[in-house]
Amino acid sequence: MASCDAAATAAAVRQMAETIEQHHTELTHLDREIGDGDHGANLVRGFRAVVEKLDADEPGTPGAVLKLVATTLISTVGGASGPLFGTAFLRAATKVGDAETLDAAMVSDALSAAAEGVVARGKAAVGDKTMIDAFEPAVQAAQSAAEEGSVADVLEAAAAAAEQAASETAPLEARKGRASYLGERSVGHVDPGAQSTAYLLRSLATSASSAG
Amino acid sequence: MKKIINDPDEVVSEALAGMAQAHPDLITVRTKPDYVVRADAPVEGKVALVSGGGSGHEPLHGGFVGRGMLSAAAPGAVFTSPTPDQVLAATQAVDGGAGVLHIVKNYTGDVLNFETAAELAAAEDIEVRSVIVDDDVAVKDSTFTAGRRGVAGTVLVEKIAGAAAERGDSLDEVTAVAEKVVRQVRSMGVALTPCTVPHSGEPSFELGDDEIELGIGIHGEPGREKVKLQPADAIVETLLTAIVDDLPYAEGDQVLLFVNGMGGTPVIELYLAYNSARKFLSDKGIEVSRSLVGNYITSLEMQGMSITLLRLDEQLTELWDAPVSTIALRRDA
Repeated sequence: MASCDAAATAAAVRQMAETIEQHHTELTHLDREIGDGDHGANLVRGFRAVVEKLDADEPGTPGAVLKLVATTLISTVGGASGPLFGTAFLRAATKVGDAETLDAAMVSDALSAAAEGVVARGKAAVGDKTMIDAFEPAVQAAQSAAEEGSVADVLEAAAAAAEQAASETAPLEARKGRASYLGERSVGHVDPGAQSTAYLLRSLATSASSAG
Repeated sequence: MKKIINDPDEVVSEALAGMAQAHPDLITVRTKPDYVVRADAPVEGKVALVSGGGSGHEPLHGGFVGRGMLSAAAPGAVFTSPTPDQVLAATQAVDGGAGVLHIVKNYTGDVLNFETAAELAAAEDIEVRSVIVDDDVAVKDSTFTAGRRGVAGTVLVEKIAGAAAERGDSLDEVTAVAEKVVRQVRSMGVALTPCTVPHSGEPSFELGDDEIELGIGIHGEPGREKVKLQPADAIVETLLTAIVDDLPYAEGDQVLLFVNGMGGTPVIELYLAYNSARKFLSDKGIEVSRSLVGNYITSLEMQGMSITLLRLDEQLTELWDAPVSTIALRRDA
């Protein structure tokens, strides 16, 4: 896929919702080990609401699709992940503005803006054992890929980096969120937010590659 | 999982519907988004208090909505903080023109959602202040954690700030007294069993038959360590030593002693623990001048308790003693 329009963005969002449906029990299990055991349940509630809204009225630009996702997640997810993912989509929406289509550089910039939003809201840094641990390497990989590649290349690079980084959160000791109360007992478990971030980026990559 | 429920997705809304029908004189429940508001809201010219958090901690927060305490409460899904639009709607519903104070427990999700709601309210010209309750001494207050959690001390903040708002104090004054309570209150909890969130259907953590978890938050999440079950005197000593040393509370201090049940511990055990606590404090020369014992901030059916101390002065005592009329806390004038 050379560029991405509103329909492709909406298709990618639906792919995210499907991925969350498939993995929400696993995410909730990860969260039960080091958090409060609701991460998957919260995300699946949010993405079901997103799909309902897309079914009712699909917006006309990629930015408008992302904004719909943002506001819906903020108003339905709750917990820490609602405002964090909501902010991510909101910053991405703001970054792409009312462009009709997104090229590789714009997708990469939108990912950067999203990650910056999460950092601003959650005040976490790499190594704190949060979604930032997956998001930051994904953004860096996306930026490198954007210099040469297509939208699909950018998203593939981001997804691969996030998957690798999410698995590498296991040995870390949590310093943010509810897992931080476990201290060294958080070691040995993958961070659920990093894992869901990897899943969401993977679904974007899958959607982009299947779109050709 | 054995629970008196119909559908895990409907637990909160059906419980709110029951609450509304049981207490129409005190509260009204609004839906989409869901929040609980005192029956006579908004009260013109008085500061309004809004709190909220995950459901599953009843009577917190909806049980403390009414004259002399909270103006509204936003209940999230079970153990999940409410969303910003719930908090915003509650804030709008109770704004009587004198400003709104948000009382927020220091949990990442609660803080983020209330912060977002406060920004949205400010955009609508409602003056909002926030006070973050972080009374849990079990958690290290450092850059290595999300900071101390807000636990049972929240009830005392809501009562005392609510009394100040009810008598007509300004937003600055109500905020200041809420912050004063936060500075003077400390808590620590213990779990004997885990609990089961209806949506997941499985216990939220594991404890051996002979183990207890010291320093839990209000979801059973840990703060210190797992130890073998001990007699009540020893458990109380562990909790109170950590609490007393933290502020510290000193000989000659007057305190409010609050023994809170987590939902699954019988009241007889809470009074037994209260007795242990009185002995411990008496030995230290700390005078208990006010008390609260019962299930006020719970974790579903978890067995366990928390102990809270609030250092009292004349101002805080007077506000604590002021009349209050809510589902879970009532005191006549």
